[in-house]
Amino acid sequence: MLTAGRVQAVEVELDRLTKRFGETAAVYGLSLSVGRGEFFTLLGPSGCGKTTTLRMVAGLVEPDEGRVLFDGRDVTRLPPWDRNLGMVFQNYALWPHMTVFDNVAFGLVERRVPRHEIRRRVGEVLEKVGLAGLEGRFPSQLSGGQQQRVALARALVVRPALLLLDEPFSNLDAKLRVQMRAELSRLQRELGITTLYVTHDQEEALVLSDRLAVLESGRLVQAGSPRDLYENPREVFVADFLGGANLLPGVVVRSGSGEVEIQVGPVRLAVPAEGEAAPGQPVWVSVRPEHLVPSAEEAGGLRGTVLSTDYLGWTLQAEVAVADGPRVQVRGLDPAVPLRPGQAVSLRIRPEKVRVFPRRG
Amino acid sequence: MDPQAVTVPRPAAAWRPRWRYDPAHLLLYGALLLVVGVLVVLPLASVLRGAFVDAHGFTVAHVARFFYTPLYLESLRNSLYAGLGATALASLLALPPAFLVGRYRFRGQAVLVTWLTVPLVIPPFVGAIGLNQALGRAGALTLLLEDLLGVSFVAAEGLRGVILAHALHYFPFILLTVANALANVDPSLEEAAKVAGARGPRLLWRVTLPLVAPAYAAGAILVFVRATDDLGTPLILNVKNMLGPQAYFRVTTIAREDPDGYAISLVMLALALGAVVVATRLGGRREVTTLQTGAHGAGRPLRGWAAWALLGLSVLVGLLGLLPHAGVVLMSVSRVWSLTYLPTGYTLDHYAEILFRAPQFVLNTLLYSATAALVAVVVAVGIAYLQFRGRVPAPGLLDFAATAPMAVPGVVLGIGFLRVFDRWTVPWLGVSLTSLWLIFPMLYVARRLPYAVRAASAAMSQVHPTLEEAAAVCGARRWRTFRRVVLPLVAGGAVAAGVLVFVTAAVEFSATVLLISRVEQSPLSYGIYLYAQSPRGRGAAAALGTVAVMLVALGTYLANRLGGRRSGLAL
Repeated sequence: MLTAGRVQAVEVELDRLTKRFGETAAVYGLSLSVGRGEFFTLLGPSGCGKTTTLRMVAGLVEPDEGRVLFDGRDVTRLPPWDRNLGMVFQNYALWPHMTVFDNVAFGLVERRVPRHEIRRRVGEVLEKVGLAGLEGRFPSQLSGGQQQRVALARALVVRPALLLLDEPFSNLDAKLRVQMRAELSRLQRELGITTLYVTHDQEEALVLSDRLAVLESGRLVQAGSPRDLYENPREVFVADFLGGANLLPGVVVRSGSGEVEIQVGPVRLAVPAEGEAAPGQPVWVSVRPEHLVPSAEEAGGLRGTVLSTDYLGWTLQAEVAVADGPRVQVRGLDPAVPLRPGQAVSLRIRPEKVRVFPRRG
Repeated sequence: MDPQAVTVPRPAAAWRPRWRYDPAHLLLYGALLLVVGVLVVLPLASVLRGAFVDAHGFTVAHVARFFYTPLYLESLRNSLYAGLGATALASLLALPPAFLVGRYRFRGQAVLVTWLTVPLVIPPFVGAIGLNQALGRAGALTLLLEDLLGVSFVAAEGLRGVILAHALHYFPFILLTVANALANVDPSLEEAAKVAGARGPRLLWRVTLPLVAPAYAAGAILVFVRATDDLGTPLILNVKNMLGPQAYFRVTTIAREDPDGYAISLVMLALALGAVVVATRLGGRREVTTLQTGAHGAGRPLRGWAAWALLGLSVLVGLLGLLPHAGVVLMSVSRVWSLTYLPTGYTLDHYAEILFRAPQFVLNTLLYSATAALVAVVVAVGIAYLQFRGRVPAPGLLDFAATAPMAVPGVVLGIGFLRVFDRWTVPWLGVSLTSLWLIFPMLYVARRLPYAVRAASAAMSQVHPTLEEAAAVCGARRWRTFRRVVLPLVAGGAVAAGVLVFVTAAVEFSATVLLISRVEQSPLSYGIYLYAQSPRGRGAAAALGTVAVMLVALGTYLANRLGGRRSGLAL
């Protein structure tokens, strides 16, 4: 039920949530739990089911199967207005016929909060998001960033048990996005509010989240801390989606004692790995661009030819065609190894940073 | 190893999907279906039944007899002649100013456009009274023509008068649609043609005209339908052998159950529906005109003989368009106006007559139109809401039924009303429903609901579903969301729709005249007809007509102010 007082942050559990639209399953058998006060991100490409999941948590879409639990209480059938949520929509969904004040006060009015209390709390939250003094403006008179703050203030003012954010920064320009990201992070920690965040931007997800879940085609691929996912992706999809990955075909030569030896082209790598692998088994070796180090000398690396380069300021990204192999992305600004199109290079793989995934023959 | 591309539909917009259909929505849906069913479907079905079913069962004999009866065939010919004539004349009047406005930019353009649309505020049957004074047998210009050139030509008489009245009223429709289409033609389309070698008339003929043709067709067909269907203008000009008057006389003077009246109605209905089908098919190609929205042609400055010729023609058209107004207003204050260019004596007595001695016409109209506007807006907002958000089976059905009267001739709807509601006895009072004043608001709701539904739908389509979702998440239940978010957002459009219904109901004649049972109950439009029957009453008819024109002008202005630029005013 709705209350006017301070609400304890809630613990969220999704239990085998499934939602179909016609024949396609937008979300399939999704289970995960979000801890009290945790910043949890659903990350994935468009169409992976992350927004549908968020909307099921909000009560805007009813799941076909599975349950949504708040602090162990089943809220699957509860309408949105009884869930005590704050939500920021991708398009902000500010009511154009209301002023900033009325927009923010809306939820408090619905909760029958006394008028002086509304005035105080709206003033407080607008102060917090840096919009004090703009109470009388209409949304159309605000910049994109300001509208975004109003939406955030409107979500926070009701002291929600759970904050839902649906790609809130996707309509902002790059610089503002970074700034808003920091502010959101600060506010969230300050308020200790459980937060479920949806984005397709891996950098955003890595920076903001306590934990995140990568979704693909409506299924959960892997969940964990940003560092865990980045460094120990369990599937190629995760490795590729978080930070990008070059996939090189290889074959297991020998395995045992927490190490696998793999032949990749002319290179033999000793990769730390758990479990056993039969010699001769084909694998994908996943190497991040920054872990393929270009060197001019014949240093026993992969040989290739630079195809093209992109100067990014902080680094130079080059596409290299590996001899008898795939095209890979590498990075480097070493003046000793100038990367120019047409130039032959040797790529050294840093084995301790490599992940290995099974490959079907 | 790319992530599989999965196509997922847009997130479902509505919440609470515990049941497939929402019980509250179903309740509203049922109530609205009942209203639309009784007011629209029942009368139309009754007309069809009257045409095809008699005491012996189903028959096509009555419809067949239509095509063997010389009087009816002549009426059909006359109606078609009036329709085609009005369309041709209206096109002639509209196209030069349309090109001027659509293609050139000059100072005073907005003033010229406003001036050229002034004819829309005078209903054709009121305009006919004014035209009679200007171009009728004893009209000022007819006399002038005879005195100056010795030519005896009566322009506003009989079928010619009907054509003239409609053309002068409706040409702004063609003007506006064509000018708009011309202004919206993507300049790159014409530039591409120029690069390809087309110039001057060839460019106009091969590229520009085909591009604006669909817009022109939509406006032209509307003029055709209105002129073919009309009842008021022929009655004022004493033309009896057209379809509308024939249906009217069969049903009101021969017999309520005379099948010929229904057969004529059926033919009128078929003509109107045919025209709508043609309009829809042509309109479907209209998207080609706006290939690239926002890329408006800049418009040329007025230069060259062609531009000045267009301007001259436009001013001439504008003057012609004011003839009906001038005639009516002058007539309303004239004591004596017979066989002279201008009245020989002036008086305000006609206004005293309609405002003090017989004020019921104006008062009735205000009451009926206001009631109709209120009901129509409530019903229309309900229909629009269900159309966009309704968790009901076939939400489009309601919208379809409610907008169907757009194509139905007023006479036909009036005949249907008479046939259905004359048999309904009001409980306790023991009298027929048609003897109560309520029948008029009911009629106006049925007849003008399409405009209200269109305006409400347009307003509703602007409300993004996430605005309601945000309210739900903020703790607002459905009714609170509707009241605090949806209603304020559609209010502007709804009020504009109400004003539009009020205005168009205030000058409704074709259906009204069928339901008059007592003079005390009759509205302004019937009062005009009544007064116009006698030469001595023509002044009072013109005074009532002036009041009608002022009501329409004021309402149009208000609707434009309230509803943005969206206002398709069709009488």
